[in-house]
Amino acid sequence: MFYREAGQFKTSYKADQALFPILQDRIGIAVILIIAFAVIPAFANDFFLTSIMIPFLVFALAAIGLNILTGYCGQLSLGTGAFMGVGAYAAYKLTSIFPDANVIVMVLVSGVFSAAIGAVFGLPSLRIKGLYLAVTTLAAQFFLEWCFIRIPWLYNYNASGAIEVPRREMFGFIVTGAEALPITRYFVVLCITAGIAFLMANVLRGRIGRSWMMIRDMDIAAELMGVRPLRTKLMAFAVSSYICGVAGAMMVFFWLNAAEPSSYSIRLSFQILFMVILGGLGSLGGAFMGAAFIWILPVLLKFVPGLLGIDIAAETVEHATFMIVGALIIFFLIVEPHGFARLWQIAKQKLRVWPFPY
Amino acid sequence: MLYDIFIDPFVQMYDMPDFFLQVLWEGFVAGILYALIALGFVLIFKASGVFNFAQGIMVVFAGLTLVGFHENGVPAYMALVLTVIVMGILAYGVERIVMRPLVNQPEIILLMATIGLTYFLVGFGEFVFGGEPKQMITEELGLPTGSTAFEIGERGLIILQHIDIAAAVIAVIMVTALGIFFNKTRIGRALRAVADDHQAALSVGISLNQIWAIVWFAAGLVALATGIMWGARSDVSFALEIVAFKALPVLILGGFTSIPGAIVGGLIIGFGEKIGELYWGGLVGGGIESWLAYIIALVFLLFRPQGLFGERIIERI
Repeated sequence: MFYREAGQFKTSYKADQALFPILQDRIGIAVILIIAFAVIPAFANDFFLTSIMIPFLVFALAAIGLNILTGYCGQLSLGTGAFMGVGAYAAYKLTSIFPDANVIVMVLVSGVFSAAIGAVFGLPSLRIKGLYLAVTTLAAQFFLEWCFIRIPWLYNYNASGAIEVPRREMFGFIVTGAEALPITRYFVVLCITAGIAFLMANVLRGRIGRSWMMIRDMDIAAELMGVRPLRTKLMAFAVSSYICGVAGAMMVFFWLNAAEPSSYSIRLSFQILFMVILGGLGSLGGAFMGAAFIWILPVLLKFVPGLLGIDIAAETVEHATFMIVGALIIFFLIVEPHGFARLWQIAKQKLRVWPFPY
Repeated sequence: MLYDIFIDPFVQMYDMPDFFLQVLWEGFVAGILYALIALGFVLIFKASGVFNFAQGIMVVFAGLTLVGFHENGVPAYMALVLTVIVMGILAYGVERIVMRPLVNQPEIILLMATIGLTYFLVGFGEFVFGGEPKQMITEELGLPTGSTAFEIGERGLIILQHIDIAAAVIAVIMVTALGIFFNKTRIGRALRAVADDHQAALSVGISLNQIWAIVWFAAGLVALATGIMWGARSDVSFALEIVAFKALPVLILGGFTSIPGAIVGGLIIGFGEKIGELYWGGLVGGGIESWLAYIIALVFLLFRPQGLFGERIIERI
């Protein structure tokens, strides 16, 4: 009834192959984009932008990155945090080596370094599969974390061992640094995330994306059909790490302002993995939903008791958050192992046939 | 540079044999402790194909429960019994609430479920026991403390901590006991049957639910032993959780399904890590212990993807 594609005839190949062939989808995407670009900036306060929207978009981008590797290419990775760290440190070094260059270009270029390192650590994937591969990506995680601590060149030999984002301007706006307005940062993050998500939506349904999915579904069969496993897997590692690297660079440049090695620890890797699994493996929309759930839920848990007038110690809230998040993860895995993306599909089907059951 | 990498460490080993032996001993003890954690992983993986990420936090949780009971005035041995009971309840709960509804799901989902369990136990443990490190009740449990020094050669000296010796002995006893349990008893054989084929095991009348509860309980007991030993060496704290990740390279070396493999893998990682850190670590600024184990495992995997004792991987289309 509400979501019915009957009567929408396609008269050309182009229309049939459009990214959103169904009218309702186009309306939905337009509404979301209008909300993201116009409504939220118009009404949101600084707190909402800095502690909910910006981290949400950054994590969503990172989840897209991991989703390409784990959801579309089937290679389990626990090194996401470290690859994000590579992006952050690369962007930091680039901005300090080329102080006059455009900071957004530098953030986008920093992903290239992350991609190169990701491809190197992806090399064993040709011989190693599944959980074994997960352990090799743990090697990447711990090794890179160690590099962030032990190689002083990476943080310009400063005493604190942390990287601090310098102040940079663009078209008269302060884009990074402590004085940058949340609204400016929000727009930058939103544009990069939306742009990469749009690009990936197209890559994933093209030849490259389909070859990734072939490798995921059955690698031997894919090989027999002419997909080169090493090249395809390494490309997945590189693209995934590129996106994670950009997300990591955005995390420090537009959200945290300063970062230390522990910001990119294994905790972060797990967090991103949760977003991907709960959102739905192999779904871009799922990455956004998973990121929203994992990031916003703890924030809500932190503030809801205060709003209700219940006074609970901060520590207790933190422990309770851990417990609730853990329990909810198990709950969702039991109820819907394919994540929010599948729930959304079920909801669409219900909307399609409503008011009839089928 | 080449001299520093290829010659100098060996010269040092030859010149100071007592120091080298001490390093070997340290590596041996670390290896035994890694092997104990890996043992818990192997138990659960063998019987249910679940890669139990929560083993590390179960170690912490068991240790904290033991210390927590004792702090509230329960005598040490009584606390031990109570902790065993708590681990039993935990095993039953995990089987009933987490594993049973997730039968037949792909392994990544089960893996995520155990990570979810980890989060839950971290929150629960900190909620009940607080976040600060605690002292393990070594003496009250009748475990030896102190150390013995052996003289070697003219000026050489090795120091052996008694608790380390106890850890080694306990590890040996546990592996032997588990070996007998798996091979000689009825339940042990049922466990192996379940590991081989869930459906076939069900069809000959083995209760999957019961077996899984037993396996999680056994893993809980291993976690308790590990928690005591590790807690005695340092403190019982949530930092152990990260250390428990070291069990993963151990598993890779030994193969996911092999109990002797866990021990051998643990020892290789323990030796490799300590020797690498003390003789080569200085060249790159130290601290390489945090990743050396993974790199060893990674290099090893490139040549033998199924591990030392793992079953051969056969791929079918």
